[in-house]
Amino acid sequence: MKKFLSLFKKNKATGQRNTFLLLGTILTGIILLMVIVGVFYTPYSPTKMDASAKLQGISLKHIMGTDNMGRDVFSRVLYGSRITLIIATFTILIGAGVGTVIGALAGYFGGMFGEVTMRIIDAMLAFPSILLSLVFVSLFGTGTYQVAVALGISFVPSFARIVRGEFLRCRNMDYVEVARLQGVSNIRIIFVHILPNTVGVLLSSVMIGFNNAVLAEAGLSFLGIGAQPPYASLGKMLSDAQGYLFSRPSYVISIGLVIVLMVLGFSFLGEGIKRIQ
Amino acid sequence: MGNVILDVTDLHIEFHDHDKPETVVEDFDLMLEEGEIVGIVGESGSGKSMSALAIAGLLKRHALTKQGRIMFDGADLLTCDRQKLRSYQGDEISMIFQEPMTSLNPVKKIGWQVEESLRIHHREIDKKERKRRAIEMMEAVGLREPERVYNMYPHELSGGMRQRVMIAAAMIGEPRILIADEPTTALDVTIQAQIVELLRKMNREKGTAIIFISHDLSLIRQLCKRVIVMQKGNIVETGDVENVFRRPQMLYTRKLIAAIPQIDLS
Repeated sequence: MKKFLSLFKKNKATGQRNTFLLLGTILTGIILLMVIVGVFYTPYSPTKMDASAKLQGISLKHIMGTDNMGRDVFSRVLYGSRITLIIATFTILIGAGVGTVIGALAGYFGGMFGEVTMRIIDAMLAFPSILLSLVFVSLFGTGTYQVAVALGISFVPSFARIVRGEFLRCRNMDYVEVARLQGVSNIRIIFVHILPNTVGVLLSSVMIGFNNAVLAEAGLSFLGIGAQPPYASLGKMLSDAQGYLFSRPSYVISIGLVIVLMVLGFSFLGEGIKRIQ
Repeated sequence: MGNVILDVTDLHIEFHDHDKPETVVEDFDLMLEEGEIVGIVGESGSGKSMSALAIAGLLKRHALTKQGRIMFDGADLLTCDRQKLRSYQGDEISMIFQEPMTSLNPVKKIGWQVEESLRIHHREIDKKERKRRAIEMMEAVGLREPERVYNMYPHELSGGMRQRVMIAAAMIGEPRILIADEPTTALDVTIQAQIVELLRKMNREKGTAIIFISHDLSLIRQLCKRVIVMQKGNIVETGDVENVFRRPQMLYTRKLIAAIPQIDLS
């Protein structure tokens, strides 16, 4: 814990503070706090409509105003950021998990197997990831978890590339040779000896990937795929709000701001982690 | 005469990654007896490391052809299947490398790395016993405060200490053969002497046969009884160290001996 806290202090040697890490932790902390609070308490029900209070502006009663059906936007944001976070987390778990395994095997063994695998990955990379996930969504159907799986698959190629690069760098290191000489099996070399050496790179790309997942989910929801009404993820809410961009700008801006904070928090965190090493 | 534990005959290694096949080792023969220390000496590119890698079973499997026989424990290490080879590696045959700075995994604790071959070959040993043996071995290779070093990372150690760690990791399974591929080249002279002394101690106490590879004849003379002189993939001279030193038969050997720096104090 002490060691963890010291990461935020000024580095005595260079006199510099890891501002990115600090800001990232604070912003991510705020978002996580919102999500956790939203599980237990929302000022209003996120689905309760009130026809007499449509499209209200920012007030003490509704700190982010109300939407076109009179629902409290802040309550819906608390709820929606949870859905967004869940989708992003699953997306990264699937994308980074599968991508790491593929990249590790392709990078370590190389040869014909590595080439064929990477060409398939290249082919997947050739499609825009939104388009790719649209294809998968049309296969799996819509819904929170289906979208997470679809996005996860479309995130596999970028992780596979990154991890493969790291394995290409590491596989001829002396310590790998030493492990081989100790009679360590290939699988153990890959996952126990080499993988921990790629954690630095992997961790910061997970953070960047997380952002992309939030944005991609928002993009998919914008197209009407994803969490189904009456619940909504942040992206869906943004797409609902766009019709009132001029009549009630605070509606759009407050939701957009939450997405911006979320993305900014994770990218700062990723940058901060990169700078620790 | 002790028992012959390793018998290499007619070892040929040929590379194919260029247009023309390239012979790197030709007609290499080596008989290693139990508890013996044999030196292999030669300039860079003379094939001494390649021969050692072949014995350790570490030759990459593509782009080269190998011929001959490496008999160990009734099996031919050149042709036996991977499973069998792996069961020897780290347990019966160990190796230490030239570069202690990069031979240790930077993100793993020293103790973990010393224990690794026990973890692979002796699953029956529990965690506590493993740690006890690792600490004992680390003490035996002359690491001070082994309990503390056990929990350190490689970047916290000096080159000499890392080489000791490497030796501890190689010796923990009490192998019958230890291949030392220029283990002292990257270290300075005082540490060199300590490492050589350590290898001798290991040989004496554990009865491990050592194949000591070096381009430094004076080190070989200190440590080994028998020496093999290699040039361009061929064995040019072999025999008792003192004989080779006093009455070198080949011009190449004479040149190597002449290359040992002499300190003239008069």
